[in-house]
Amino acid sequence: MIREFGTGEITFILLAVRWTLVLSAIAFAGGAVGGLLVAMARISPNRWLAGSAMVFIRFFQGTPPLMQLFLVFFGITIFGIDVAPLTAAAIALTLHASAFLGEIWRGCIQAVPSGQTEASWALGLRYGMRMRHIVLPQAARIAVAPTVGFLVQLIKVTSLASIIGFVELTRAGQIINNATYEPFLVFGLVALVYFAICWPLSLVARRMERRFARIAAR
Amino acid sequence: MSDGGGSRDAPSAVRMEGVGKWFGTFQALTDIDLDVAQGERIVICGPSGSGKSTLIRCMNRLEPAQRGKIFVDGIELTAGPKNVEKVRREVGMVFQQFNLFPHMTVMENCAIAPRKVRGVDRVEAERRARHYLERVRIPEQAEKYPAELSGGQQQRVAIARALCMNPKLMLFDEPTSALDPEMVKEVLDTMIDLAQEGMTMLVVTHEMGFARRVADRVIFMDRGEIVETAPPDRFFDAPEHKRTRAFLGQISH
Ligand SMILES: Nc1ncnc2c1ncn2[C@@H]1O[C@H](COP(=O)(O)OP(=O)(O)OP(=O)(O)O)[C@@H](O)[C@H]1O
Ligand SMILES: [Mg+2]
Repeated sequence: MIREFGTGEITFILLAVRWTLVLSAIAFAGGAVGGLLVAMARISPNRWLAGSAMVFIRFFQGTPPLMQLFLVFFGITIFGIDVAPLTAAAIALTLHASAFLGEIWRGCIQAVPSGQTEASWALGLRYGMRMRHIVLPQAARIAVAPTVGFLVQLIKVTSLASIIGFVELTRAGQIINNATYEPFLVFGLVALVYFAICWPLSLVARRMERRFARIAAR
Repeated sequence: MSDGGGSRDAPSAVRMEGVGKWFGTFQALTDIDLDVAQGERIVICGPSGSGKSTLIRCMNRLEPAQRGKIFVDGIELTAGPKNVEKVRREVGMVFQQFNLFPHMTVMENCAIAPRKVRGVDRVEAERRARHYLERVRIPEQAEKYPAELSGGQQQRVAIARALCMNPKLMLFDEPTSALDPEMVKEVLDTMIDLAQEGMTMLVVTHEMGFARRVADRVIFMDRGEIVETAPPDRFFDAPEHKRTRAFLGQISH
């Protein structure tokens, strides 16, 4: 029954990458929208809003991503709804990314000097205009590097979706390994593929970090 | 604009009645009464921590006052957020640290508030910006970013940016204190021009030459109180209060 580890198996693993990328893209896009909302709520003068945002963030920071995934996957099943692994993983990782990006971006927004806000007030700019035209564009520059850094983490975290049966890169590796018993070859290849995606992103993040540090130092 | 101020005369540019301001338990302003007429130029001086910045920041509610009433151009600032918005549209402010928007060109810095707050279209906002940039004598810098300008140039852009809103009143908080000495004059000259055109101005500064030349009244503050108010001649040559004399003695050495 043991199969050879051949080109068919390699192709299977390489094709599974697209599901890793799809899941990462969904979680990142959803997390970007959610993260902006969380960040705005977190810095809102409304205590209730700021407090809820903080609880949300602390929960996701303080629990393992795998538990978050289980909670969503089995949580939805309790209600008798049959949920596809991709859907559950997408929801869980979107919430996860919202919390982390929210906290990262809150820091970036608050790093914009208070003089910018005061100047905006003095000019009569209202909350929405001040955020949109003055504060967020400046926060965004600071945010690029840590955001790309988080994207790298997120891509790696998608491997957890293999545990609830979603066939992405890691799960594809497991399937092939079960058939070929070549764990070193199989997971070596899987790791290499993750590395090929994540390493260039890390480089980009580091280069941006240095560039913005230089601009900030001027 | 019917509330506050006289019914026949134009309302005072600024009127403060019994204003008190606290930071936590620390009282930064104590029982401030002040009446500034339209077109009047006021210089505010006093030792560090005496409440000069706090005083003018209360006039556009960058700091809320907890006690008393503040009217700006007849609008009661202390009567709610709608009035705060109205007042901020009419009051320009220039900061010690310039506070230009670093991600925008000089032109965009000048055009943003007229466009977003006054609803002026882009062409008109840019025309206005060019007009005021010429008046502060840096029209050629319009497409540059603030970081590419000298401190003096940045402060003049900040003045132009405020003027683009056609304010009725300009507040200056130590506008030359962060500048290298050789750039102080270009900013003061710009402010003198502005004064000569009849702008109502409240200026926190220790530039006593400027005070003598431009001010109608000089206000001396100490420990959150207005200690003395007098025209510059009398203020500098025959100050009434001991604390004023001590302060003037210190800064002239
Ligand atoms: N945000 C704040 N929180 C707490 N205390 C403050 C705050 N802003 C000002 N103060 C205090 O209020 C007092 C008045 O401050 P203010 O900045 O008005 O003084 P100033 O006369 O402008 O001084 P300087 O010449 O140093 O600018 C000071 O004792 C200061 O420490
Ligand atoms: Mg001050």
